[in-house]
Amino acid sequence: MGNSQTKIRVLIAKAGLDGHDRGAKVVARALRDAGMEVIYTGLRQTPEMITEAALQEDVQVVGLSILSGAHMTLVPKVIKMLQKQGLTDVKLFLGGIIPDEDKSELTKLGVDGIFGPGTSTQLIIEDIRKACQ
Amino acid sequence: MPVTRTQAVLNGERLALTRTLSQVENNTPEGNQILEELFPHTGNAHLIGVTGAPGTGKSTLVNQLAFDYRHPPEGTKPPTVAIVAIDPSSPFSGGALLGDRVRMQDLAGDPGVFVRSMASRGSLGGLASTTAGLVQVFDAAGFDIILIETVGAGQAEVEIASLAHTTIVVEAPGLGDEIQTFKAGILEIADILVVNKADKPGADNALRALRNMLSLTQPEKNVVMHHGKMMSTEEAPAGDAEPDQEWVPPVLPTTATTGDGVAELIEQIAAHQQHLKTSGGWILREQARLKNEVGNLLQEALHQRWNSSIPPADYEKVLDQVVSRQISPRRAVDKLIKGAGL
Ligand SMILES: Nc1nc2c(ncn2[C@@H]2O[C@H](COP(=O)(O)OP(=O)(O)O)[C@@H](O)[C@H]2O)c(=O)[nH]1
Ligand SMILES: [Mg+2]
Repeated sequence: MGNSQTKIRVLIAKAGLDGHDRGAKVVARALRDAGMEVIYTGLRQTPEMITEAALQEDVQVVGLSILSGAHMTLVPKVIKMLQKQGLTDVKLFLGGIIPDEDKSELTKLGVDGIFGPGTSTQLIIEDIRKACQ
Repeated sequence: MPVTRTQAVLNGERLALTRTLSQVENNTPEGNQILEELFPHTGNAHLIGVTGAPGTGKSTLVNQLAFDYRHPPEGTKPPTVAIVAIDPSSPFSGGALLGDRVRMQDLAGDPGVFVRSMASRGSLGGLASTTAGLVQVFDAAGFDIILIETVGAGQAEVEIASLAHTTIVVEAPGLGDEIQTFKAGILEIADILVVNKADKPGADNALRALRNMLSLTQPEKNVVMHHGKMMSTEEAPAGDAEPDQEWVPPVLPTTATTGDGVAELIEQIAAHQQHLKTSGGWILREQARLKNEVGNLLQEALHQRWNSSIPPADYEKVLDQVVSRQISPRRAVDKLIKGAGL
């Protein structure tokens, strides 16, 4: 009490029109259990909504789950909007099905990590912690 | 000269605002400095607490309230709305899952709304003063209405409720929590009672039950209602409102998912604000609020100062003496406070 305390704050958002968020919820709970504060925003988030939430919640990390295959249009938009808001220090992680041939392109755009299906939550936790140091 | 962060907050810059909220939440020296500078600019917002058991529909209701505030009848200027949504931290991991935004999607894209989620983190006094700090930042930034959502489960919520000018307690049928809420003493803090999920069976029963309970907890107000003002002059402190101006908490049905009843709720919120202002209650609440906040901060600061003044080994030693029943807990506190003769 009275001491300053900082927690890792993470926004978990599900982008795109497909309708389930089981994976995103599993990750959200795992991050909470690792001591992080996770803001969960739910389904069908547009790049505008994701950026607005990241700003209002002042998160260090945005975790984006995309199953719809629209990552090559959504992700560049999110990155551009985050930058426009001045959120240049926010780390961006992707989850979902991302084909190998798109990965290097996304990394070049500034994505800090990509977690395919079956990635252990332990690894996700470690990568987020490392990115926030 | 570059604009200071304080100035940027006062100008309504969102990046400065969100960073300041974090500094205040993390209790950093910079955050405290900015709060210091912002404080003279506070005191304009209407602070509205929304509390109740989990699942009663608080977030959905806050969403609908904010939406309606932002969409007033033609020709009226909509007030700006800030929302602080507080959820408990896990006592085991210290982490938190903050999901209130899921119910607040209708507010997306509105520059006159700002939604901030907050985890309760540790202690009671700490949470109350952090919340007070966040609210002051929003107030200084010019938000007209600040909605504070808390889970009503105990003392902490009562404390946070005491932050607000107007406290709304939300109930819902079918949760079987009327009695629990009653026990927690939360009914006494309600300025307005809402039975949400009025579309569900059992809502009428809940409304009736609440109205009954209210008449039990506020007998003097009933007396006033039935026999005129002479009966309860004793209850009114000197300089307070005339007894016949006493506020009787209304009990309202809402369906947050459709917005039914929310216009009436907004009317009652405005009526309560009006009542506070004309009865002098507004100033009394401001005083109580600030006194509370100073008390919390003082407690925190004293504890902090004491903590850093006592070597952990001495603390352990005294605890051992209590455990082995050489000295009583009271004597131990005496020793620890005096710091001498350990
Ligand atoms: N039938 C019905 N369901 C509602 C109403 N308000 C909220 N809900 C639902 O109740 C659940 C909990 O709502 P939420 O706002 O998250 O409650 P909170 O925990 O009190 O913040 C959600 O599934 C809502 O859709 C209502 O007026 N009627
Ligand atoms: Mg809620």
